[in-house]
Amino acid sequence: MSTPQVTGRLHAPPGRLRPAPAAAPRRPRGAWARRAPLLPALIFMVVVTQLPFVGTLVISFMRWNALDPGDKGFTGFDNYREEFTDPQLRSALSTTVVLTVTVVLVSLALGLGLALLMDRKFLGRGVVRTLLITPFLVVPVASALLWKHALYNASYGLINGVLTWVWRLFGSHSAPQPDWLSQVPKLAVEASLIWQWTPFMMLILLAGLQSRPSDVVEAARVDGATNWQIFRYLTFPHLRRYLELAALLGTVYVVQNFDAVFTITSGGLGTANLPYAVYTTFYQAHDYGQASAEGVIVVVLSIIVATFALRTVSSLFREETL
Amino acid sequence: MAAATAPTAAGPRIRTARAGRAPHERRERRNRRLLGLAAWICGIVFFLPFAWMVLTSFHSEQDAATNPPSLAAPLTLHGYREFFGSGTGVSPWPPLENSLTASVAATLLVLVLAIPAAYALSIRPVRKWTDVMFFFLSTKMLPAVAGLLPVYLIAKNAGMLDNIWTLVILYTSMNLPIAVWMMRSFLADVPVAIIEAASIDGAGLPTILTRIVAPVVAPGIAATALISFIFSWNELLFARVLTGVVADTAPVFLTSFVTSQGLFLAKVCAAAVCISLPVLAAGFAAQDKLVQGLSLGAVK
Repeated sequence: MSTPQVTGRLHAPPGRLRPAPAAAPRRPRGAWARRAPLLPALIFMVVVTQLPFVGTLVISFMRWNALDPGDKGFTGFDNYREEFTDPQLRSALSTTVVLTVTVVLVSLALGLGLALLMDRKFLGRGVVRTLLITPFLVVPVASALLWKHALYNASYGLINGVLTWVWRLFGSHSAPQPDWLSQVPKLAVEASLIWQWTPFMMLILLAGLQSRPSDVVEAARVDGATNWQIFRYLTFPHLRRYLELAALLGTVYVVQNFDAVFTITSGGLGTANLPYAVYTTFYQAHDYGQASAEGVIVVVLSIIVATFALRTVSSLFREETL
Repeated sequence: MAAATAPTAAGPRIRTARAGRAPHERRERRNRRLLGLAAWICGIVFFLPFAWMVLTSFHSEQDAATNPPSLAAPLTLHGYREFFGSGTGVSPWPPLENSLTASVAATLLVLVLAIPAAYALSIRPVRKWTDVMFFFLSTKMLPAVAGLLPVYLIAKNAGMLDNIWTLVILYTSMNLPIAVWMMRSFLADVPVAIIEAASIDGAGLPTILTRIVAPVVAPGIAATALISFIFSWNELLFARVLTGVVADTAPVFLTSFVTSQGLFLAKVCAAAVCISLPVLAAGFAAQDKLVQGLSLGAVK
């Protein structure tokens, strides 16, 4: 949309803001005048995000435990070797993958369903939309505490309370009272995250649905297409990019999740994901070298995801700008 | 539909047309009503945990911890009084102020850095501006936890542990990439032709910025600020590792309400409601902006 103009303007005489003759000799300085507004943000990002990572990379090759500061030195790949042989850390790796994939796929599916429901007019649509986005606006720690104590608690949580209720309704006093957190710890963490992320997916997919050209759908309907055919051949292809965008952005955030794991299970019972493992290795075991190696692994995994994510975003981006 | 139900001058023709489609239309309308009902049920199901949190926050600790749940228990402000320090004498205001300072200062810094950067990426673009855009985005894709340790060591050596301004810098770096992307997408909407016409007519840069650019991008700035505020307010990991006594933020404070002894459910719920309130208010007030922000401005 704007790229042709943009590149065209790059070669146009830079005389829009000043009289043209004065601008001609300033050309080399003009390039820097263009760059100047960009530099503060760019330098800030490099200093605050890239330099620490270089630090992480260096420390990951070091033997460095804050509890034993005398014994500090380079060890090569020892930290990484330990990382891949330690069963606990390997479990953190698989937990991260399972947690992320489950949460993203389930909330994407639910989000799609909700977006389709919300994409038609009905009484009180605005109210329902507000109800639906509430979970996303609850502070993540607050949401994690809510699920842990008010919903999952074995003796007074709402879920078991409702079970008691339903069983009493049928005259029974022996309702099952499972301890959700110890019996299905992963599912418990996942459910709370799905509750938080479904609205996110719904919002992006709903925006996608509403950007769908309505005249094409109208034409298809006039030609006798069924609802399923319209969804399969018109809506879904249009929505694919939005599905990808929602899934990948969701992945970026859920891979990094710390709050839910930290609050709901404290990483116990196989729920520790990589960010939580980095946190405990660093904050509780004070093993700086090991924590850094974990950090590097998280980054490598993220780069794999990010490569796909960036490709998707860039295709959306190009579509928008061309 | 309105024409079909209201009596109109062209009545007979419409009525015959309607009579022909009547069964189909009636089924359509019933379907629509059922789907509306389904949407309502889904909305209520998703809202239920939050509603339960609010209700529990108004119960006494004893009523909050019953099985089966006591829905109709008398309401009390006890949980809120506890949150504001009646039992422990610990005031929630310092952490709330810290959170507010960190979120607002980070948001302002984000805007100050992002708006000129976005200008240099859209209205007067630098060469290879798309590469710069993707550099910003890629920093967001790298998990913040990977930089946790060096950041901690640097802060420790610089004497900046337990200092709210350390968090301001970190939150700025977390939100800046999103903000640059959003602001660029809004600045790209500014009509270039009008800018050129104005400069031919002798308008200077300040005039152009205030008279042409600002009105178009003002809603975009609001959306960017909203997203940046929400993410800063919510952050837990860095706040927990880098602050201690003086500079702890609201999310860190919230985790301290869980005790190993005694009942705490009502006051935790009250605290959770209070701490979520700013985000809920901001989010509800700007629902449409939320989508643009979350999709980095890709969805408008």
